[in-house]
Amino acid sequence: MQFFIDNFPLLRDAFLTTLSMSLLAGLLALVLGTVLAAFRVSPITPLRGLSTFYVETFRNTPLTVVFFFIIFGLPQIDFAVGFFTGSVLAVGLYTAAFVCEAVRSGINAVNPGQAEASRAIGLTFGQSLREVVLPQAFRTVVPPLGNVWIAMVKNTSIAAGFAVSELTASLQRLSNANAGELLLVLLAVVIGYMLITLTSAYGISRMERRVAILR
Amino acid sequence: MTERPTGEPLVRLSGVNKWFGDLHVLQDIDLTIDRGEVVVVIGPSGSGKSTLCRTINRLESIGSGEITIDGVRLPEEGKELARLRSDVGMVFQSFNLFAHKTVLDNVTLGPIKVRKQSKADAEKRARELLDRVGVSAQADKVPAQLSGGQQQRVAIARALAMDPKVMLFDEPTSALDPEMINEVLEVMVGLAQEGMTMIVVTHEMGFARRAANRVVFMDGGRILESADPETFFTDPSSDRAKDFLSKILNH
Repeated sequence: MQFFIDNFPLLRDAFLTTLSMSLLAGLLALVLGTVLAAFRVSPITPLRGLSTFYVETFRNTPLTVVFFFIIFGLPQIDFAVGFFTGSVLAVGLYTAAFVCEAVRSGINAVNPGQAEASRAIGLTFGQSLREVVLPQAFRTVVPPLGNVWIAMVKNTSIAAGFAVSELTASLQRLSNANAGELLLVLLAVVIGYMLITLTSAYGISRMERRVAILR
Repeated sequence: MTERPTGEPLVRLSGVNKWFGDLHVLQDIDLTIDRGEVVVVIGPSGSGKSTLCRTINRLESIGSGEITIDGVRLPEEGKELARLRSDVGMVFQSFNLFAHKTVLDNVTLGPIKVRKQSKADAEKRARELLDRVGVSAQADKVPAQLSGGQQQRVAIARALAMDPKVMLFDEPTSALDPEMINEVLEVMVGLAQEGMTMIVVTHEMGFARRAANRVVFMDGGRILESADPETFFTDPSSDRAKDFLSKILNH
């Protein structure tokens, strides 16, 4: 117990860093991924191509390489970002590709008659997507998006290798200083991640029930 | 049967062809529908009648030929096409009500988003229309809570809310339980009597006799006959139509 009390400030700060990285990257991934999914089903060919290119690039590149590119590669073209911002960007941009694919599968699961009916009353493609298709698509993608979110929270741990003092970095620091209490250190860090992921899993399953639609 | 209307063309298809791959589903279609006219399109399945109906608001594109509505050629894509579609009401076989919206919101979506009406105005008109088709008591339910007949009547109200110049009905009663067919047909007959221009793809011969000015018979992607209902049902000129009628009327 004494171990937890002594290291509480460090663990708390590390936890809050992981949490804020997750929330910021998650927001970026959700917004960008949804836009990419809209591009991917759009009638405009260049937009579809752009979106496909983005998804295939980020989905098929290891996340660590994306980190390297953003934190050490971008300064080469005079676009330097800090370690924290760079990490949020890396995780967010990478995860957007997976969000796009989840949302796209949701769009494809919406009965095509829904889009036909919205076009038939004169809605434009964008209006039909916003008003009719996406609201229904999101209901079916809550579970897969939940998976993407939980994977993303854990992926923020790569930022430990890029000078961000988040939970995994605190694991390294504390285990060096408390070699005798390694199990306690591990326990503390795992609890930190689970506070985020288990709460999310609970939230996701509640949301799933709330948005379930009558068909 | 009503009198033949004004003679002023509203929808005109000329030389329309369409292919699905190698399949020539619409072959040299020429068809003019006058303002206020009710045209029933019948024919065996696979004859192209639904495809024909769907080309008129370009839910299906065409390979060659020209379709005009009120003198305006159907635009290819984009905002122009959306605007034209807003003047053409469409009722689908499978209703296609917006599953996540209430009945009232289904009817007000187009007027608010496309016609830019205020929410209050759109809702007032929507309630009138729902009342007219006899489902005003269901306004706050979602579509899945309604029977098929009720859903189809809501779909008609949704189309009417845009004040369309012409209404397309693509087999509106084919997905309904037999006892619900009449409640939908009654609404359609009412519309026809009020002078709405209607193109109706259906197997309901009773409706054709009661409300149509003209029956168009299709087979194999071609229009084989176009006649007033009395002539068509009692004295069809093509053998194919005679054969078709003998199969569906002798039960």
